[in-house]
Amino acid sequence: MNIRKTFATSKRVLSQLSHDRRTLALIFIVPPVLLSILKYVFQGEPRFFGTIAPMLLGIFPMIMMFLITSIVTLRERSSGTLDRLMTMPISKTDFIFGYAIAFCLLGFVQALISGGVMLGLLHVAVLGGTIPTMVVAVLAAFLGTSLGLFTSAFARSEFQAVQFLPAFIFPQLLVCGLFVARAEMAKPLQLFADLMPLTYSVDAMKQVTINLSWTSILTRDLIVVACFAIVALILGSATIRRQE
Amino acid sequence: MNLIFICYDKEVEHSVKIKNLSVTLGGHLKVLKNINLELPISKTIGFIGPSGAGKTTLIRAIVGSLKINSGEISVFDMPAGSRVLREHVSYMTQELSVYPDLTVKENLKYFITMAGQSRKMSRDILVEVLSLVDMTSKSDSLVSDLSSGQKQRVSLAVALIGSPKLMVLDEPTVGLDPVLREKLWNLFAKLSKQGTTLIISSHSMDEAERCDDLVLVRDGELLAHSSPKELLRTTGTKTLEESFLKLVGDKE
Repeated sequence: MNIRKTFATSKRVLSQLSHDRRTLALIFIVPPVLLSILKYVFQGEPRFFGTIAPMLLGIFPMIMMFLITSIVTLRERSSGTLDRLMTMPISKTDFIFGYAIAFCLLGFVQALISGGVMLGLLHVAVLGGTIPTMVVAVLAAFLGTSLGLFTSAFARSEFQAVQFLPAFIFPQLLVCGLFVARAEMAKPLQLFADLMPLTYSVDAMKQVTINLSWTSILTRDLIVVACFAIVALILGSATIRRQE
Repeated sequence: MNLIFICYDKEVEHSVKIKNLSVTLGGHLKVLKNINLELPISKTIGFIGPSGAGKTTLIRAIVGSLKINSGEISVFDMPAGSRVLREHVSYMTQELSVYPDLTVKENLKYFITMAGQSRKMSRDILVEVLSLVDMTSKSDSLVSDLSSGQKQRVSLAVALIGSPKLMVLDEPTVGLDPVLREKLWNLFAKLSKQGTTLIISSHSMDEAERCDDLVLVRDGELLAHSSPKELLRTTGTKTLEESFLKLVGDKE
């Protein structure tokens, strides 16, 4: 791995996005707007809103980075740039980690803005504090990026890439404990939830919300999310083919 | 082992050697059938054939972006796609293969870094390749705002980074106006004179005349490999188009 090339890739990805202000606005403005709407949806049940809002802070970065990464990577594959890069003296890790760093950074800024709105304007209490909240959000972005890089290999068009969201992410969203506690779900769904990375990302945010200090369950959750993300990155790397 | 040394070693006679190459895509579609080729050094070599002949697959196998499962390819006597070759072989794909949402300069700076050039050299290379493709005045424009000919030139500029020993260009002049096409062929001739080996694919027979060496391909099979003059002589025809048609007729 070459640090200069990895950071050049991150810089390039961020430069591409900086020329696309509409996408940037969608990344940074949509999550806090949705959180604000939810606050008024659950006006009669403020405690429920207080429970799900932090969890959403762990879900938004994952979903958005998944979508953006899968489309951007698909474009790399179909426009010939990936083919060209793979004939140059770079390693696949330079490319993949370049993407991961860029989107984690975006996830961090997104979490800063959404977290700021949630804690400051919407008055949601997160007992664990700002730093653990950010760590969970950035790892969620990392997970979304890795899954997006991997699944983009199976899409032939941007239309298909977008369809992977309901196919891969929505089932995880339904069973992750956001709507109903996992213990109250049917046993097969509990088992399914236990195997899905989003469950641990949401669980980590729950831990941060209800505990004043860093817990061992939080550490376990974060390790599981990181492991899922790294495995997806390795699998994503395997989908980029060239003669060695 | 140092490639530069190998390139100038008398023992390396061929830029590319292909032995019994067959490529099957999707498990059943035979795109290349038992290709055997030996390409010279410091020449302009045209891969000529109609669309779907297998030119791009052959090119992708040479640059190492396609995994082959049958046959052998070596570039400067090293297996195609070898790590050490990547600093000396450049590839311009048929697609745009630059980032439309970046400026010309941002694209080139990124690819200069990816090509492993030092920060110190970066600026000089940028100025040089921009001037070679006559795009200096457009360096701050977004690629998406350029005409298709200008986009092609940006893509070519990327292939010129680092003075590669072998440039593999997949239909670099398709869709360009005659004036620009003339300019690019003059540039290719200049590069070839300076020692660069160029493999250029095209389906246009008038471009074939400009090459030192021709590789005619059809339906994944090698029809002929010789110089344009030799091809006219052996087929007893007056134009390369007639030669191609005669070879196709003989095959059928």
